[in-house]
Amino acid sequence: MNPFDPFPPAASTMAPQVDHLFIALLAMCGLVAVTITVVIVVFVVRYRRGSRADRSNPPTGAFWLEVGWAGTPLAVFFVVFIWSTSIFSRFYRPPADSTQIYVMAKQWMWRIQHANGRREINQLHVPLGYPVKLIMSSQDVIHSFYVPAFRIKQDVLPGRFTYLWFQPTQLGRFTFACAQFCGIQHYAMGGQVIVMRPADYERWLAAGSEQPGLVARGAALFRQSGCSGCHEPGSSVHAPDLHALYGQPVHLADGSTVLADDNYLLDCMLEPANQRVLGYAPVMPSFKGQLTQDDLDALITFIKSGQAP
Amino acid sequence: MNAAVPADTPASGTPAVPAEVLHPRSYLHEGSTLRSWLTTLDHKRIALLYMISITLFFFIGGCAAGLIRLQLMTPNGQLVDDRTYTELFTAHGIIMVWFFLIPSIPATLGNFLLPLMIGAKEVAFPRLNLTSWYIYTVGGVIVVLTLLSGGVDTGWTFYTPLSTLFSNTRVILAATAVFVVGFSTILTGLNFIVTVHRLRAPGMTWFRLPLFVWAQYTTSAIMVLATPVLAMTLILMVFERITRIGIFDPSLGGDPLLFQHLFWFYSHPAVYIMVVPAMGVASEIIPCFARKSVFGYRAMAYAMIGIGVIGFLVWGHHMFVSGQSSFASDVFSILSFVVAVPSAIKVFNWTATLYKGSIELSAPMLYALGFVGLFMIGGLSGLFLAATALDVDLHATYFVIAHFHYIMVGGTVMAYLGGLHFWWPKIVGRMYPERWARIAAWLIFIGFNLTFYPQFLLGLAGMPRRYHHYAPQFQLLNELSSTGAGVLALGYLLPLVYLIWAMRRGARAPDNPWGATGLEWRTSSPPPKENFETIPRVTGGPYDYHPSGQRA
Repeated sequence: MNPFDPFPPAASTMAPQVDHLFIALLAMCGLVAVTITVVIVVFVVRYRRGSRADRSNPPTGAFWLEVGWAGTPLAVFFVVFIWSTSIFSRFYRPPADSTQIYVMAKQWMWRIQHANGRREINQLHVPLGYPVKLIMSSQDVIHSFYVPAFRIKQDVLPGRFTYLWFQPTQLGRFTFACAQFCGIQHYAMGGQVIVMRPADYERWLAAGSEQPGLVARGAALFRQSGCSGCHEPGSSVHAPDLHALYGQPVHLADGSTVLADDNYLLDCMLEPANQRVLGYAPVMPSFKGQLTQDDLDALITFIKSGQAP
Repeated sequence: MNAAVPADTPASGTPAVPAEVLHPRSYLHEGSTLRSWLTTLDHKRIALLYMISITLFFFIGGCAAGLIRLQLMTPNGQLVDDRTYTELFTAHGIIMVWFFLIPSIPATLGNFLLPLMIGAKEVAFPRLNLTSWYIYTVGGVIVVLTLLSGGVDTGWTFYTPLSTLFSNTRVILAATAVFVVGFSTILTGLNFIVTVHRLRAPGMTWFRLPLFVWAQYTTSAIMVLATPVLAMTLILMVFERITRIGIFDPSLGGDPLLFQHLFWFYSHPAVYIMVVPAMGVASEIIPCFARKSVFGYRAMAYAMIGIGVIGFLVWGHHMFVSGQSSFASDVFSILSFVVAVPSAIKVFNWTATLYKGSIELSAPMLYALGFVGLFMIGGLSGLFLAATALDVDLHATYFVIAHFHYIMVGGTVMAYLGGLHFWWPKIVGRMYPERWARIAAWLIFIGFNLTFYPQFLLGLAGMPRRYHHYAPQFQLLNELSSTGAGVLALGYLLPLVYLIWAMRRGARAPDNPWGATGLEWRTSSPPPKENFETIPRVTGGPYDYHPSGQRA
């Protein structure tokens, strides 16, 4: 790379929106900073001790001036806030047809798992022009997935999922880094997003998946781990139906209602006592320590696929 | 006429006590033994004890910063290994925040000046004041022990579960040091609040208080309200680390974001503990050297109170990408914009104070104007971080490092040094060498900008903070920054040398070398143990300056 141009390109649909806001705010702040500096310098020169400048009736305050220079910034800030918030809300609205990829962070590496089971370390292959949603969790401490060229960042937490989505607009390799201090080799926890043409991506994806896909693995685990013993339709145990569960509201015994998202499913498997579903006995055991994060990801993908019973 | 006259003279504008009147014995001559210093109850001597302590920690923290900048001269620097590097930036943060910045202006200049400025003989609780310093010293000894026994590798923020389950370093010892020093902060705050309420001289109404006193008062309230939350948070963290009972660690049933909420509930107001006193210093120096009453006195006082109150409601802007709800982020975003308004008001008012003034660019004024400029850049860069969509990109990069160093080093340290120069004649009774002081002010201003301006660009380029090695394209900016750090170090060493030199060799200071109006200039330099021979009576506002000639 050119040492005199360290700045990353704007390589996602989000990046230009963020950059426009940045440039507008920079122009505004630059104007204020230069104006104040010039005014201070002019005053210092003009009213230097001994100069002949007019000093009659020096003001010691002016109520409407105070109101004006409090109100004007407040109004401008409000506009910036609305602008920023409208962009920010898009970070939380991934398109429904996003390609879903699991990201698992641990000291000090990133493990990526694609829907068909293909895994990679510290590399993330994605198709150009398609939205990608990362479903991220950590095995140990808090990490943060940061792609400067896409202007996106999200902390990755242990014990729950966080999400990040983007839609790349340029082919090529883009650095990603861990942005949350996660221990002494924090700096070494990086990698590259590799944006490929969609056809190349499909070929790449198909080439490396000796492993079964996540749905197939989830289905197998569903039996091996004993989930099916209770959640099969013919079971003698009265357990919630998982078939069309994902994305639906669930009424809990404590009177609250939650949305059955990834975090809800994760909690149900790890801390079922906290998620008592209305009308069901709290008989589900915790699978904490029995299932790896990979297993959990596979089971959740299986339930999301609608193929669970 | 001047705002204050001795109570036994008619309020008709008698100037300072004539120089030929025999000066009472100065507080510095009330005993010279070590014992007399370590058992003193005089707020002025305690201020000097603090000054020596925090100067020591400033240079320890500064050495850590120097090593960090040397390591970052090259992308794959091998000066220190990654564990040492981590321990260095953790030590730098802990020492600079809790052992230098937070006590800096309040415990030294505040301790020295608060009773003088309100016309009191002492702070409300002199024994508590000395106790505060001893508690600080105990905390300081523990933090030094932490460093000597191997250091800490969590960063000054102690984020969980890294600090509770994934660190094998001296986390408990470091947390104990911070816990202990917090009590010194709380007690100083308590002492100042009671002092301002109970010990004002006759006629010293609330709106005749110098803005420095308003600043100390606001800061004290934040200290008393915020610091206990830090203490509780650290107890919970240590408790989880020892007992493995889940509070913050999700594998034990805890919530890691709870720690961040508690930590920033303290640590964001703590930013205002660090910078509001600096605003107070600038508000004394600028009117004096512009020979003009501060513009919009009441707006300035209300602005500080506004900062103190709203400052408690913005902590979540440290957590926009943490996983907190987007709604919470939106609320914290708008509140963070709102808290910038009082700061903007203050910058405008300092600028307007210069209008039609009679300005002398003496060393304290250079520092004070430097403070205004750098604080302005720091504040404006904060707007980028208050905007959620921009913070997503900039969070945890060098942009944030640059932003808060502009506030805390460009702001607070500049103002602290300006205040030291401004009041040095009062504190030690001797003048500092003006030429050297101006050279140092310029050196610090240039060195500071050279160090931290490139860090804004590094953040925009995408360099994350707390990186031991970095990508080669960041090298040029890092080299500039490290070079600036060298200039800055030189700039900081100069005042250390000449201010100490001035204590014995400087020209004798008159009672009021700057023609300033505060009550502290109505007594001798240095003041006697009891501050005033007669308690002054106050008949007017604090900034009775007149640009078009001598004082009336």
